[in-house]
Amino acid sequence: MKARLKKWTEEYGLFLLVVILLVSGWEWIVRQGIIPSFILPAPSAVWGALLENKQLLFEEHLPATLKEVLIGFCLSVIGGLILGVAMHFSRSIEKVLYPFLVISQTVPLIAISPIFIMWFGYSIWSKIAVTILTAFFPIVVSTYDGLKTGGHEYRELLLTMGANRWTIFKKIQIPMALPAIFSGLKMSVVYCVVGATIGEWLGASEGLGYFSRRMSGNLKADAVFASIFLLSMLGIVLFLFIGLLEKQVLKNKNRFN
Amino acid sequence: MLSIKDLSYSFKNEGKSNPIFKQLSLDVKSGEFVSVIGASGSGKSTFFKLITGLLEPDQGDIMVEGQKTGKRLGSIGYMPQKDLLLPWRTVLENVLLPLEVTKEHKQARIPEIREWLSRFGLAEYEKAYPNELSGGMKQRVAFLRTLMTGRDLLLLDEPFGALDSLTKRNMHSWLLDLWGELKKTVLFITHDLEEAILLSDRIYLLQDTGIKEMKVTLPRPRSSQLIYQSEFITMRKELEWLIHNES
Repeated sequence: MKARLKKWTEEYGLFLLVVILLVSGWEWIVRQGIIPSFILPAPSAVWGALLENKQLLFEEHLPATLKEVLIGFCLSVIGGLILGVAMHFSRSIEKVLYPFLVISQTVPLIAISPIFIMWFGYSIWSKIAVTILTAFFPIVVSTYDGLKTGGHEYRELLLTMGANRWTIFKKIQIPMALPAIFSGLKMSVVYCVVGATIGEWLGASEGLGYFSRRMSGNLKADAVFASIFLLSMLGIVLFLFIGLLEKQVLKNKNRFN
Repeated sequence: MLSIKDLSYSFKNEGKSNPIFKQLSLDVKSGEFVSVIGASGSGKSTFFKLITGLLEPDQGDIMVEGQKTGKRLGSIGYMPQKDLLLPWRTVLENVLLPLEVTKEHKQARIPEIREWLSRFGLAEYEKAYPNELSGGMKQRVAFLRTLMTGRDLLLLDEPFGALDSLTKRNMHSWLLDLWGELKKTVLFITHDLEEAILLSDRIYLLQDTGIKEMKVTLPRPRSSQLIYQSEFITMRKELEWLIHNES
């Protein structure tokens, strides 16, 4: 227990110290009146706004955003994996799809979102569409690249054993691609939070993005910061969750030396 | 068992073709241990890829068990230069891989594999992962995996090339002890003359100008102590003479 605590302090101690210093500095600056609080609210004020709106935030807006993020992420994962694998297996699919994938990422989200609102209205699907657009790309790319990585010699070895393409895919390429796929998933889940927030910002009736937009309209900087704080926490928690899953799945797979 | 007739192969690179084998022929009889020696760059590994069926010859025939089969892949047990053990699989799971590929019933073979593992000195490492094994152990696991393909002809591509000389010596003794009861045919690539003489019944020299053959007349069973005896040293001289008079 003591050893674990020591390791934990070594790992995160410095980061925590800097956070405490930053927050205290921030609080001090605002209290001294160097920056007016409607521009930069003090951390204590943000915390106060969080508590004041806790019912609204935790019972209405956070679940709404979480729902969009989770549905968007699941669809991105399914679609991304399918596309990545299809591109791996067929050169023509790869040749056709890859440019479209890149184009899809160069289209400014803010510009295309109104179109989604036109198509899907203010329903949850307009937000999910934005989420998917931001989140599926890292999954496709990491799956596709992961399946390509190395493994050439393993492939030949299995061929000499009489293996077909599918067996090689199952026994060698999937396990070898998993670390890359997990990196893609971690990026993607964070992008999901960003995507959902942008979607809500552009047109929604609930969600943390909608809440922060309404609050900024009312010049309530502390409440805006409170929702930003929650959004970033949501991203962190989801990221850590995927990281934990990765650790479990790759327990023996990261024995590459 | 294996018969190669007039094999030619060239690397094609940007329209230019670069021949590495011309009219190459060799035979391996059932139960023989045959080594192929060649300097680095003489195309040893390409030669093995041709035999396993990973590559197709430009001209000539490669016959396995008298059959000029179109598909050689899967008919020969191939042990590559690197151990190529899958790092996410335990020793036992790695050895089971060939059975999974051919969709054989794995469970029925596990007692047999356990026995092999203990004969290979790996009984306690059944559940270990490759990164927990020494170089010699990895090579033994890879060899057992090759045996599990169930093929009669084994192609070993410099299997001990990456080992230190002490470990290599141990592996030689181990393989010589095992050889009598293996009942396999082996084609063995190496650039170590001593190793080739010690292990083989016949040696082929692979050189730019063609292929040369030498018989190793040392009686079996052999021990690794043989290298200090005069017959062995005579053979070694003869082999070196062959190499130098070729070029």
